[in-house]
Amino acid sequence: MLTKRIIACLDVRDGRVVKGVQFRNHRDMGDILELSQRYADEGVDELVFYDITASSDGRVVDKSWVNKVARRINIPFCVAGGIRSVDDAKAILNDGADKISVNSPALENPEFITTLAHAFGTQCVVVGIDSRCETDDEGNNKYVVYQYTGDETKTISSKRDTVEWAREAASHGAGEIVLNCMNNDGVKRGYDLQQLALVRSAVSVPVIASGGAGDYAHFADLFEHTGIDGGLAASVFHSGQIPVPKLKQYLKDRNIEVRI
Amino acid sequence: MIAIIDSGGANIASVMFALERCGANGTLTADPDVIMSADKVILPGVGAAPVAMDRLRQAGLLDCICSLKQPVLGICLGMQLLFDESEEGATPLLGVIPARVDAFDAASGLTVPHMGWNRLQPTPGGVDHPLLQGVEPGSHVYFVHSYAAPVTADTVASCSYGVDFTALTSRGNFMGAQFHPERSGPVGARILQNFINL
Repeated sequence: MLTKRIIACLDVRDGRVVKGVQFRNHRDMGDILELSQRYADEGVDELVFYDITASSDGRVVDKSWVNKVARRINIPFCVAGGIRSVDDAKAILNDGADKISVNSPALENPEFITTLAHAFGTQCVVVGIDSRCETDDEGNNKYVVYQYTGDETKTISSKRDTVEWAREAASHGAGEIVLNCMNNDGVKRGYDLQQLALVRSAVSVPVIASGGAGDYAHFADLFEHTGIDGGLAASVFHSGQIPVPKLKQYLKDRNIEVRI
Repeated sequence: MIAIIDSGGANIASVMFALERCGANGTLTADPDVIMSADKVILPGVGAAPVAMDRLRQAGLLDCICSLKQPVLGICLGMQLLFDESEEGATPLLGVIPARVDAFDAASGLTVPHMGWNRLQPTPGGVDHPLLQGVEPGSHVYFVHSYAAPVTADTVASCSYGVDFTALTSRGNFMGAQFHPERSGPVGARILQNFINL
């Protein structure tokens, strides 16, 4: 049986791993290579590196560490941040990354997803979605996609409906979707199960949950109550609050298929 | 020397680095003479079957690959290329291992691509295969693919995703892994090491 994936996200700024709360107040969490190796050894299933400044500054991610990570670790990893052209993507994949993730550039031009899928195969192309739950004047919840979230002064609503955008991204050739629920990000009260289940049922490609993991039970809730394929987290792993081997054992004890 | 055929796929660097971690040297090449004279050959590949076959054809490598006598390991799409035909674009393949590669059926409710860690189940005839030496039955390896080959007489280990499909195959000197040994943690490293040691 295909296992549920536990994915560690390393937000990268200036070559260091950082973490903030709801995209703010970034704290230094350590060295990229050391953390990557630690996670591979601990049994993390996959790593995502996200250059949190690149997309909003119009810069490409500093790639020198991609090659070093690829040489060092033997689990798959994805690189996100400021990938705006086939050449940007090609350089990162040629350096040894397994997947590239696009977010704001895909919102600006959904055809970009198709171009990447044709060039490298859909399995390489992840679309990241930053989504916020908003309540309208009549008290109804709706999910809206946000853009340029790496820099809070530039963050704007794309006005797109999250479920619609997930469908569109998949039909354009996304091989996987990472849904970051912004209301939950960094507050450690659990994943947004309702929103995740909604997006999961809208597409046939894998969907990864991001934002809100603060306890072992949050991962179990995610896998027991949604069909979501993987749970992504950052600070609870970086800080050691949730050691990955203990998390995997906890999930296994609850009859959730994981790799140990 | 291990020749890594430059099939243009995006996982070539990962394969090179994995060989380095195993203490082996890989030479990336599309030169038939270099490939023919290598001790072992790896055919990597991700992406679409028609594109990969075109690329091999343009490089003049189709006959070269089929005539190889040394151990050959196809990885992911590289494994699929060893079969007869792919449903993907109705593409004729190299035809060194009999079977047809078909798409996973997303309509059946499966999430496609099959992406992530799944279990290797050795077949009764495959359990003692040299590639599986030191690999526990049921070990997890990393898959990313939307097409798969059925279980055949050549299957060394299968995997289950909606249907049982070939995860590891071996026919004569030709071997193939549908998963990515270069990204499959210690289990994948062991399988690569086993190939290097053949």
